[in-house]
Amino acid sequence: MSHGFSGKDVNEVTVDSIRRGDITIDDVRIHPDTLEHQATVAEANGNPQLAANFLRAAELTSMSDEDVLGLYEALRPGRSTAAELTAIADRLTAQSATRNAELFTQAAAAYERRGLTKK
Amino acid sequence: MTQTPGKTTSSNKDVIGRFRFMNEQRVNLDGFATPDAELGLVAFNSPHDPKPSLTIHNGAVIEMDGKTVDQFDTIDEFIALHGLDLGIAAIAMATDSLEFARRIVNPTEPRKEIVALAAGMTPAKLAEVLAQLSAAELVIAMTKMRARSTPSNQAHVTNRSDDPLLLAADAATAAAFGFREIETTVPVLADAPSNAVAVSIGAAVGSPGVLVQCSVEEAAELALGMRGLVSYAETVSLYGTEQIFVDGDDTPWSKAFLTSGYASRGIKMRVTSGGGAEALMGGAEKCSMFYLESRCVSLARAIGSQGVQNGGIDSASVAGSVPGGVRSLMAENVLVMLHNLESCTGNDALMSESDVRRTSRTHPIFIGGSDFICSGFGSIQRYDNMFGPSQWNSEDIDDYLAMQRDWGVDGGLRTAREEDVAALRRRATEAVTAVYSYLGLGDFTSEWAEQAIDAAGSKDVTASDLMLPLNAARTIMDTNVTMLDVITALAENGFDVEADRCLDMLKARVAGDYLQTSAIFDEQMNVLSLVTDPNTYSGPGTGYRPSPERQAVIDTIRQQKSVSDLRAEQQTFVTGRFIAVAPAEVSHDPRDVVIGVSPATGKEIWQTLSGISVVDAIHEFMAGLEEEGCVGRVVRINDTVDLGMIGLTAARMSGSGISIGLQAKGTALIHRRDLAPLANLELYSVAPTLDRELYRLMGINAGRHAKGATPEPMRNPYSDEAIEARYHTKVVGLVAIERDCTSTTAPELMEVSR
Repeated sequence: MSHGFSGKDVNEVTVDSIRRGDITIDDVRIHPDTLEHQATVAEANGNPQLAANFLRAAELTSMSDEDVLGLYEALRPGRSTAAELTAIADRLTAQSATRNAELFTQAAAAYERRGLTKK
Repeated sequence: MTQTPGKTTSSNKDVIGRFRFMNEQRVNLDGFATPDAELGLVAFNSPHDPKPSLTIHNGAVIEMDGKTVDQFDTIDEFIALHGLDLGIAAIAMATDSLEFARRIVNPTEPRKEIVALAAGMTPAKLAEVLAQLSAAELVIAMTKMRARSTPSNQAHVTNRSDDPLLLAADAATAAAFGFREIETTVPVLADAPSNAVAVSIGAAVGSPGVLVQCSVEEAAELALGMRGLVSYAETVSLYGTEQIFVDGDDTPWSKAFLTSGYASRGIKMRVTSGGGAEALMGGAEKCSMFYLESRCVSLARAIGSQGVQNGGIDSASVAGSVPGGVRSLMAENVLVMLHNLESCTGNDALMSESDVRRTSRTHPIFIGGSDFICSGFGSIQRYDNMFGPSQWNSEDIDDYLAMQRDWGVDGGLRTAREEDVAALRRRATEAVTAVYSYLGLGDFTSEWAEQAIDAAGSKDVTASDLMLPLNAARTIMDTNVTMLDVITALAENGFDVEADRCLDMLKARVAGDYLQTSAIFDEQMNVLSLVTDPNTYSGPGTGYRPSPERQAVIDTIRQQKSVSDLRAEQQTFVTGRFIAVAPAEVSHDPRDVVIGVSPATGKEIWQTLSGISVVDAIHEFMAGLEEEGCVGRVVRINDTVDLGMIGLTAARMSGSGISIGLQAKGTALIHRRDLAPLANLELYSVAPTLDRELYRLMGINAGRHAKGATPEPMRNPYSDEAIEARYHTKVVGLVAIERDCTSTTAPELMEVSR
């Protein structure tokens, strides 16, 4: 896998091209296809949970740093109501981030049962 | 290090000497707890630990470790939903725990099959299994079960003042000593971006492919990673009870998401847990440390982390305070390996004031080998370690290198030459100075830089400005500096090699191969991981063995000396002159005492083991003899290195029948012509402890023996130093030199002048 998130061939990323200002951080960010490939490698090496993590990660590649940090914050204890978590799950599903949506759906139920929702 | 052992006991004066003495030893600064399951102060097998159990209905877990699904806390629930291989769980849970424990240590049972079966076991089941392994079995288990074949090590690089120049110099130094991961942190949170930049630059100066992390609050750490300023993360903490987990401001779901957040940016990440943390925070729920840790590790696997840092970590001393606690710390690591995860095996926070106990705690892991022997070897001064002093610190680097050499073990480190480290430290400070100036982060004085290059620790850098890192960090955040800007700054200032190395670390994120379990980079930027460098241990002669090149690096420590080194060293000690003037003859003068010297004396060997010139030693003999009215005559005995024979040969030539024998290394005796070779009148056997006064006394006593008078009693001085460790290798070399000097030349009369 030799393409960054932007689609640029990683071989085009050189110290000179960086100096010229031709490279953005998206050129040196992982591509979702690469994460899907790494998921198959993890699965083949006996770790389906690591594979699942890479597949969730693949869904997050298209989100901004702020969005990813924001979603993390929403899942921390006492930050969200069950309804808010469910709403995020719906939004993620709409964005085809179904694996992450599943986490939020599960969290909504678990947090409510264990008193970890926003008071 | 300010407390004095034993002084806290007010009644110490009523205690007998033997116990007063014992009470004063450093081990008695450590806390030892009476086991108390109510407080979670038991290593294994609390009576409140659940019995292993698992019920699956319609493809879902409905009961686990004694709790039904409605009783699950969030940890149970996440493990039940994500953490178990339900396809194999029935077989796994039905496997007898003792039998499985035996399979773990049986070299012919493939690792793959063991981890596949363990994937279907609950936390209580795995806790029950590993509680069965003895200390020795844990070593075998670690050897066989760790994920990566090649062991490695991680360093802490921090300092009290967040000094970027010192951080960079120390990071380059850590890389030079072989550390493949460097973890930094901050005393001042806002300094973190500056530390990340400085350590990344320093690591790149030291070696290609060194991974760098900056341990701060979870979200802040991810933000640094997103900018490319660090290349892995580790401080993502898991706890074994829900209450403590939530106190840590996370849940299993938020941690799972965070794990994916790191992977989404191509950043390696492992989680942190460790027995005793829950007890320390008063939330152990009466469970054993090991069972709670088993929950953590099952959860780590469930959330999709590739690895775990555990083995107590910050609470290692809590585990260390209870019976079997140190064994449980190592068992925690094996638990991680059984989950087919990267194991960064603790040996991190200092768990004992005693050098013996802390070595004992680490040693089995060092022998067994792990993905990272230390999850934080304090490569800097203890006082500069912002995680607190480590189990191993900069003062221990030579000990660690010697231990590697002693056991032929690869503990991940290598010897570095002083001149190389000096050059790296200079380059690291120059690179940071250039980058900070280019990016407008701050300017360093040359005095500051020179101090940082030379410094053993931040106390030596008096010219540092505490405001600089804070301002630099603010500018990094405000102007959105990323690793691309750092690379530009390096390249614009002629640091092309470092620019390339930093770029390689960015490109590694695009490839993603280092996201796999147990990944590190070697110095050629090859990924070594479970995938590319799997552990294949299956008994003697298999698994990881250092290559001949690597073994040579381990063996060749800088202190090692050869006979030719000793020979060259002796040439620097030449003082005075030894001239053979004639063949020595037998004397009939009753005042005559022959001083027989060994073949190399004043030829190849000029200084004794105690650092006295052989000329001076001989001078003292002569002066002592003169005090007693005798006359010393120096004769070199060329045909033997044996001191008894030298003395006896000399005595047979002596007019008085009394001689002094001297080996060039300083061992001396008084002999008499009618004694057997190995008998003698007085012997100074411990050459390293002899001083000029004692040689004078030997001269006096030889004179008294010659006159038939009573000699002064002489005792070899005693000391508690490891005399043999210090000198035996030198003795072997000096004796070899003596042997090379032997010849059939008859005894020679010597003229010795200063």
